[in-house]
Amino acid sequence: MALKIVKGSIDRMFDKNLQDLVRGIRNHKEDEAKYISTCIDEIKQELKQDNIAVKANAVCKLTYLQMLGYDVSWAAFNIVEVMSSSKFTYKRIGYLAASQCFHESTDVIMLTTNQIRKDLSSPNQYDTGVALTGLSCFVTPDLARDLANDIMTLMSHTKPYIRKKAVLIMYKVFLKYPESLRPAFPRLKEKLEDPDPGVQSAAVNVICELARRNPKNYLSLAPLFFKLMTSSTNNWVLIKIIKLFGALTPLEPRLGKKLIEPLTNLIHSTSAMSLLYECVNTVIAVLISLSSGMPNHSASIQLCVQKLRILIEDSDQNLKYLGLLAMSKILKTHPKSVQSHKDLILQCLDDKDESIRLRALDLLYGMVSKKNLMEIVKKLMLHVDKAEGTTYRDELLTKIIDICSQSNYQYITNFEWYISILVELTRLEGTRHGHLIASQMLDVAIRVKAIRAFAVAQMATLLDNAHLLTGNTQRNGICEVLYAAAWICGEFSEHLENPMQTLEAMLRPKVATLPGHIQAVYVQNAAKLFATVLKGQEGDADGTAAQEATQLMIDRLPLFVQSANLEVQERASCILQLVKYIQKLQQKDVDVAEEVSALFAGELNPVAPKAQKKVPVPEGLDLDAWINEPPSESESEDEQPKAIFAKEETKHSRPRHTEVDEKELARRREARKQEQANNPFYIKASPSSQKVYQDAPGVEHIPVVQIDLNVPLKVPGLPMSDQYVKLEEERRQKARADKKKKEKKKRKEKRSGRGKKHDSGPESEEDIAPAHMVDIVTEEMPENALPSDDDERDPSDPHKALDIDLDKPLADSEKLPVRSHRAAEAQKSPTDGETENATLQEPKKKSSKEKREKKKDKDRDRKKSKEEKKKKKHKDEDKEEDLLGGQADEAVLQSEETSQVAAPPTSASTPAEEAAAAAEAAPEPSVTAPDSEPDEPKDTEMEETKSSKHKKKKQKKEKEDKKKKKKHHHHHHHGDGGGEESVQNGTVEEEEPLPPMSNYCLLAENSYIKMMKEDAEEVYDIQGNLQDGSQVVVSVIFENKCSSFLKSMEFNVLDSLNSKLQRPEGSGPHDGLVVPFQLPPGVSNEARFVFTVQSIVMPQKLKGTLTFIVKNEDGSTHEKLDFKLHFTCTSYLITTPCYSDAFAKLLESGDLKSSSIRLEGVNMPFHHLLARICFHHHFSVVERIDSCASMYSRSIQGHHVCLLVKTSGETVSIDAKCDEPTLLGNVLDEIKQTFSQC
Amino acid sequence: MIKAILIFNNHGKPRLSKFYEHYNEDTEQQIIRETFHLVSKRDENVCNFLEGGLLIGGSDYKLIYRHYATLYFVFCVDSSESELGILDLIQVFVETLDKCFENVCELDLIFHVDKVHHILAEMVMGGMVLETNMNEIIMQVDAQNKMEKSEAGIAGAPARAVSAVKNMNLPEMPKNINIGDISIKVPNLPSFK
Repeated sequence: MALKIVKGSIDRMFDKNLQDLVRGIRNHKEDEAKYISTCIDEIKQELKQDNIAVKANAVCKLTYLQMLGYDVSWAAFNIVEVMSSSKFTYKRIGYLAASQCFHESTDVIMLTTNQIRKDLSSPNQYDTGVALTGLSCFVTPDLARDLANDIMTLMSHTKPYIRKKAVLIMYKVFLKYPESLRPAFPRLKEKLEDPDPGVQSAAVNVICELARRNPKNYLSLAPLFFKLMTSSTNNWVLIKIIKLFGALTPLEPRLGKKLIEPLTNLIHSTSAMSLLYECVNTVIAVLISLSSGMPNHSASIQLCVQKLRILIEDSDQNLKYLGLLAMSKILKTHPKSVQSHKDLILQCLDDKDESIRLRALDLLYGMVSKKNLMEIVKKLMLHVDKAEGTTYRDELLTKIIDICSQSNYQYITNFEWYISILVELTRLEGTRHGHLIASQMLDVAIRVKAIRAFAVAQMATLLDNAHLLTGNTQRNGICEVLYAAAWICGEFSEHLENPMQTLEAMLRPKVATLPGHIQAVYVQNAAKLFATVLKGQEGDADGTAAQEATQLMIDRLPLFVQSANLEVQERASCILQLVKYIQKLQQKDVDVAEEVSALFAGELNPVAPKAQKKVPVPEGLDLDAWINEPPSESESEDEQPKAIFAKEETKHSRPRHTEVDEKELARRREARKQEQANNPFYIKASPSSQKVYQDAPGVEHIPVVQIDLNVPLKVPGLPMSDQYVKLEEERRQKARADKKKKEKKKRKEKRSGRGKKHDSGPESEEDIAPAHMVDIVTEEMPENALPSDDDERDPSDPHKALDIDLDKPLADSEKLPVRSHRAAEAQKSPTDGETENATLQEPKKKSSKEKREKKKDKDRDRKKSKEEKKKKKHKDEDKEEDLLGGQADEAVLQSEETSQVAAPPTSASTPAEEAAAAAEAAPEPSVTAPDSEPDEPKDTEMEETKSSKHKKKKQKKEKEDKKKKKKHHHHHHHGDGGGEESVQNGTVEEEEPLPPMSNYCLLAENSYIKMMKEDAEEVYDIQGNLQDGSQVVVSVIFENKCSSFLKSMEFNVLDSLNSKLQRPEGSGPHDGLVVPFQLPPGVSNEARFVFTVQSIVMPQKLKGTLTFIVKNEDGSTHEKLDFKLHFTCTSYLITTPCYSDAFAKLLESGDLKSSSIRLEGVNMPFHHLLARICFHHHFSVVERIDSCASMYSRSIQGHHVCLLVKTSGETVSIDAKCDEPTLLGNVLDEIKQTFSQC
Repeated sequence: MIKAILIFNNHGKPRLSKFYEHYNEDTEQQIIRETFHLVSKRDENVCNFLEGGLLIGGSDYKLIYRHYATLYFVFCVDSSESELGILDLIQVFVETLDKCFENVCELDLIFHVDKVHHILAEMVMGGMVLETNMNEIIMQVDAQNKMEKSEAGIAGAPARAVSAVKNMNLPEMPKNINIGDISIKVPNLPSFK
């Protein structure tokens, strides 16, 4: 063993470090993968060694390999090991690796809770910092819950460095554990006014992130932010605040009004472009929120637009980009002010920078009108031709379609032009947007009835030239267009000039190369076409044409019947059989056309995409209600349905009063029309009634200009959209002339009071009447569709959970879970007796309990009473026994609680501040995990932090006086650390919840003060440590139980030969250690003391004294409290996981001495037993098979301890092996003791 | 929020990748490749903003990058970050690297990616900007390095010597330096332009 260590440390020098690895990879350019795989093998070897330095080096290399794309999750456990090193150097490596590759489903994360907690409370600020940084990357809901309170405490750390990190990480905690938001919020708010600018900025940052998602909850902070905005000079903070205001103003227009002035001032005064830009952005947001009814802000709009123009004209591309970006925001509400800069924007379309062109495209969307649409699209089509990259070209394509189709094709006056644009777009090769074009074609053809004939003609041409589209087959995308083409040709085949030819085109063998879903449409629509052909030919004297068509179908369909695509196959074979049957009938000269076309009769109406969602739940239908009442419910509920029906009736039936005024009648008429229009079963007189309404007065009364015959009905080859531009021009001129004539008539009508408001477009647009009757069939919605257009947020959005009212006072149940003592504080010293009254203690206990339990109200009551009982019982010295017994009892009661107990059994947290935040101000005792970094200088650092923290508190507290006595009390401690490890190798299943276990014990107590000791926690004994002994850290919680102020506490221990308290340099061996804080009444705090231990094979006892000054109004008195510290042997064991193969090797090695014990009458489930050993004695389960388990632990000095635990009935036998028999004997004795107590 | 920070060279070799959201290794590599593809084809004098790629994107996200000598520094951020602010942050980052490595060049990043991570950790934490003041960042980084040195103490000396010897003995070392020795020139940009 020792040899191995020595060898290891020499080897280490020649180990490959990160630099060597990188160098190696660079030298193996040809066989990099092979080289890296050998490196990974080396790393695996290194990870097997005990030397932490070697491990850290290996983990460091893994982090690099992870960046290169290698999965390193297999080393997750080693990363945890390195994280738990006490050396900052290694710890940092470990946390970095963890932050790079841990994520929520990394299972070892649950092992880190205690380590992180320990690091968070480390006296070394960089340990804390590193832990916070790491945690921010891999925090999970469990970690967030368990550590929320610790982090919250750190928000008030004395070091700004820690404060700012703690404040920032709270955001991550909130996301993962939304319950923590309310308790933590007051402190977060406090940090907005932190003296340190970094902390302040962090707090602003966090609140801005929160407010961005749920702005309404943060409105109450507006005055505070307003103050910050006017006082802060930090641009980062200003930008964040201004962005935040941008999010808040839509909710509170009054805020907007107040903001305008300071923001405009900033715009004028600042030299920082970023700030200027954000100000402009927020002013825009304000103006948007004010846009209704605030006319006198045009000056601000002008200012913004003007500033943005300056940005856009700047030579710096970044500013140009941002200017356009902001411009697009103005566009939504003040399109006119943007439209005046059309020149500039069109100019940007020609910019060489793609990002800028894209932004300009966005703006175009708002710039089109009926007048200029064709012109703009023409320009865009030119760009499409020029564009090299497919991404930009695709973007152009979607933009063209967006621009044209916006608000129900509002700006399109000539749909023939649009169809030809779409057809032109199909010539783009390799676009991803084939389906987009296809859906536009379908949409237009279905909804604009007048265009169908034209569309069908175009589609027939497309189908005829399908080979052009599918030429290079795997260019996919665009062939989607054929889907639309085939469907349109089939569905509206009555408009086809030459259906036979199209039918032939659709049944070409080449079709079989198209994707399955398109083939299916082809087959189906071929059948429709076939019906049309039949119908067309029926009248003819000789039925040869019809028979030809039938023959064609019969010839070509078998190709599709063989298709691998089920849909195609099924349709084809159905239709083939049908056609064969028709052929039979034809041969008998039976007229079949009618019947065949009846197969495809009827028209499909477009359905709105949200229609399904908008179907209202019928009144009286409660989807959550029981269909059959559960038997226990009372009968009275049966009556309910009746009531519902009655209600429904009143609502649905038309009002019955006979006198209805004119208005009401008109309203109803309108409503009925609307309803009819929406009803697919209602046969419409004019199917387009709705659009006509929208489309302004003109349309209803002016005869619609019909399609001019100068538009060729059949376009040979593919059409050119350009010709339509010219045609449209001519048409418009003609229309204008027409219009002038009708002007008079129209005016008359207008005067007669029928004039309606026009749509919002510029007035000149009225002049352009659409070329077609733009009878856009509106999409169908279900009857009684819900009116709201609520686009619900994605339910998986983590921010949804953070929509929490922050102004409500905190309820008890909301406090953060705090690691608190179990029954320990329930006990009272027997020698004490007199002064303490039970009532004083009761609430304390309750509060701490409540925190832990949170939701489990039910249990709480039960537990409380239990606790009370217990308290009465425990009036004597042998608390521990009762304590454990009590816990065992409780276990049964609290089975639901186990998730919490099992996960963070050794969790710790810092104390009293919590009380301040909590509404219930009862002080609660709690403990912080011991620290693993016991160096003296750091300790003093901690002292400083603590004491100043408490000074603040002191001022708040009143002082009272009281006289007391002291007493002391000694205690055993229980093990800690293990609970979770029991699950660690995955062998302990969740059979039954584990009982709660505690690792605190009362050290001593008198009427002034109570000392709680958390179990001695060992420092990893690292090779190369300068001391040859081991260090043990003991956490002691001091709780002020009296109403006076306690100060000048000094902790002293009589050193034994074996164990020594570590004292600061320069102090004598008998000097006490100053406890680094003072205690106001009712407050508890925790300090850590480091002991150096030589031999660990025997348990140790140390006598000690705590002296302190009780200060009250009458003056101060010196008091003291004696105690005994007990180090058990198990407290020298560290929970060390061990894999079964290593375990087997260890057992085989033969240098272990064995021993065994037998426990009788152990009446608990096996996994409880294991958990107990894990928890109290720091073992981990290596392997478990039925009622037999192997366990492993290691002492701080490297002794291996192996256990084989078997159970049969109530007998448990433990065979143990260890390389140090004395240690083993003691450990076994302690295990025995643990179980004799249950 | 910052979603990811990537540094890669002109050939798309990753020099640092920091994702503040979890992706598996393959996706990460794909994102790096895609981002490189997007960024590398852009001219020098175009704007530094880019609509996010498909993998990392979403309409709320943007790529904000700067190109220094042989390296691209790319930040993927959402709309809560100020675009110009992030550009400035990249500048601060590079200047900090320059101070910490004394005339930083690509080789520094290649061989000391861990140190770069540590520096970055002082600026950005969990996707949120932690500190923008360069002096403060350098101070904290230095303090931590000092601590590391004191921990290594005497024991660290032989290891350092060995590594120095290793570097000396390897003939390819100077060659490598020549390959990537174009030190990143940090242009002096006015803060918050």
